[in-house]
Amino acid sequence: MSHEIKTVDGITKESTQEMIDKVLEAYPEKGKKKRAPHLAPNDQASGSACVKSNKKTVPGVMSARGCAYAGAKGVVWGPIRDMVHVSHGPVGCGWYSWGTRRNLVSGINGVNQFAMQFTSDFQEKDVVYGGDKKLATLLKEAKDLFPLAKGISVLSECPVGLIGDDINATAKAASKELDLPIIPCNCEGFRGVSQSLGHHISNDTIRDYIIETREFPEPIGPYDIALIGEYNIGGDAWSTKPLLEECGFNVKAVWTGDGEMEKIAATHQVKLNVIHCYRSMNYMCKVMEEKYGIPWIELNFFGPTKIKESLRKLAELFDDSIKEKVEAVIAKYDPVCQAIIDEVKPRLEGKKVMLYVGGLRPRHTINAYEDLGMVCVGSGYEFAHNDDYDRTASEMPDATVVYDDASEFEMEQFAHVLKPDLIGSGIKEKYLFQKMGIPFRQMHSWDYSGPYHGYKGFPIFARDIDMAVNSPTWNLVKAPF
Amino acid sequence: MRQIAIYGKGGIGKSTTTQNTVAGLASLGMKVMIVGCDPKADSTRLILHAKAQATVMDLVRDLGTVEDLELGDVLKVGYGNVKCVESGGPEPGVGCAGRGVITAINFLEENGAYTPDLDFVFYDVLGDVVCGGFAMPIRENKAEEIYIVCSGEMMAMYAANNIAKGILKYATTGKVRLGGLICNSRNTDREADLIEALAAKLGTQMIHFVPRDNQVQRAELRRMTVIEYSPEHAQAEEYRTLAKKISENKMLVVPNPLTMDELEELLMEFGIMEADDESVVGVAEAAAQ
Repeated sequence: MSHEIKTVDGITKESTQEMIDKVLEAYPEKGKKKRAPHLAPNDQASGSACVKSNKKTVPGVMSARGCAYAGAKGVVWGPIRDMVHVSHGPVGCGWYSWGTRRNLVSGINGVNQFAMQFTSDFQEKDVVYGGDKKLATLLKEAKDLFPLAKGISVLSECPVGLIGDDINATAKAASKELDLPIIPCNCEGFRGVSQSLGHHISNDTIRDYIIETREFPEPIGPYDIALIGEYNIGGDAWSTKPLLEECGFNVKAVWTGDGEMEKIAATHQVKLNVIHCYRSMNYMCKVMEEKYGIPWIELNFFGPTKIKESLRKLAELFDDSIKEKVEAVIAKYDPVCQAIIDEVKPRLEGKKVMLYVGGLRPRHTINAYEDLGMVCVGSGYEFAHNDDYDRTASEMPDATVVYDDASEFEMEQFAHVLKPDLIGSGIKEKYLFQKMGIPFRQMHSWDYSGPYHGYKGFPIFARDIDMAVNSPTWNLVKAPF
Repeated sequence: MRQIAIYGKGGIGKSTTTQNTVAGLASLGMKVMIVGCDPKADSTRLILHAKAQATVMDLVRDLGTVEDLELGDVLKVGYGNVKCVESGGPEPGVGCAGRGVITAINFLEENGAYTPDLDFVFYDVLGDVVCGGFAMPIRENKAEEIYIVCSGEMMAMYAANNIAKGILKYATTGKVRLGGLICNSRNTDREADLIEALAAKLGTQMIHFVPRDNQVQRAELRRMTVIEYSPEHAQAEEYRTLAKKISENKMLVVPNPLTMDELEELLMEFGIMEADDESVVGVAEAAAQ
């Protein structure tokens, strides 16, 4: 797909490089050498990554990254609603990852969803004598207390990997004894450079323990698809799933937002996988493609332009009945979106946004801001790989700054130079920028709002961005120093 | 592919026995890989003719992360085309050597070190199984056969019995079995009889009695196995015999570990220890007489 080259007034490759060089000056020689390849001006026409990524964070500056456990608990496994997810280890990891991602669930707590905090609560003695027996007891108790749970995931925290407990053997024995899928996930936090490895490990466990273990009760139809990498943040899946259904598809499973274990386990039967968050679930899409011949397509449900483009791209793979339905859907919602744009665009035209988020948003949301008349002046990921940056190049305006695993210091310096009107990033960045008087949206969890996906999400997104950027509050904020 | 783990008391000669046995298997035309699971990283010195090849954990420390490591950086080929990997790990007193073993074995698995052409994989594991990390080689889908190196010394037998307890635990959750005791002779009284008897009590066999011979040390000083250094020597023949016996071994059992009392009874039975005089316990020999 060819994109017209977008430019931003006052931003050239030279000016961006100069800004980067100035930031790097503050580092000692070794740090400078390590950080330099992770910061670069975008080359939009190239369509390929301009920065190095997926490397160990340079110590000494605050990192926005999470850990492998976070990738497993918070991202991939945690959102499956009808399973018990056990944080195996000391209590903190489970407690502080409980509900913070805002992956919403439907159902009745304790009956068909188990959005509770389960932990083996390791003590000194469990580290010394091993936690295997405690885990076995816990699994039995979980089954006794919640007999309707469809399975249990055991998510290893750091100490479990250090003392070398064999959770795989414990899970296997308990699974047999309790006649329940029990999935051991060796996602100790110290593994890998970021949460990204946790996604990969979790995908591997879905491959090894879940996929193909169930079948859909009803016969498979030509429009049966699965929605992959949709985590229902702030209710996103409750926007995208009905949207795809309105287009004539049967969404058989959502991975893993408001997800159901048995539907995920039967996903090998679908005709197509639609993937939203490529970073966290491309692994299983590739497995399903290789093993079951299921094709997959990457779509973007942020903002009317991308939604329209995505739906048409999807319809291309199907017959005329789908194409007609897709066109009808677009015709129905486009005017609604246009009305919103007409209202807020005059207030947002030309406003600058800087992004620094996780899996897909640093590229997927750019066009949604552009729909509102805004311009992206910098973007980057916490834990992306090269293929993510390849996909980012064509979305970002030419010569704007791309930052990988950026430190708080770098972000602050870039903000001083670029003077954005909005920053979309995470909780660690939020207060820094608010103290600088820059409007901010917490774009991991939609800042207590959402959904932002699909046609249902766009009006909320537009309202939130309008409110953030045009709130008079920030003009009143003056740091006393 | 048969995966075999060698355990035994520290200093008993696990690495020497493993490498000589592997050299024996290689001389029989077998394809073998040795995975050294000891931070001292001396499990492959005699095969590679050099110590301190780049270990997995050394390189992980340099690179910062195991994901950047390549198999070719840590897998070296030595005598008899034996593939050699050392897990490596921290110096004594710091860090966690057990995790080093887990990391290294995971790395080898994920990076395809276990090629189907291999006939044997040997894990040479540090002394006692002090934490879960050192049990990694006997988890499911890893080594299913264990040989314990021991001698007629009380503490070596005690350690062997303790390792048998570990095997029993893992045998209940997986397929790991005890293949036998290898007696690495220390020339103690009635050594072979004693180890035979211990093996019988454990429900296993003494698969071979390796006599003590200084030729092993002479070869070691030249960083070689006896099989390579002096293939005609009688000691080389001993290791070849051991290799052959392991290769042909079908006796794989779940061990019955002994209690401390049973172990002491055994020593009495062979006249190594006297039964009666509790009075001398805690009293030096000269004073007792």
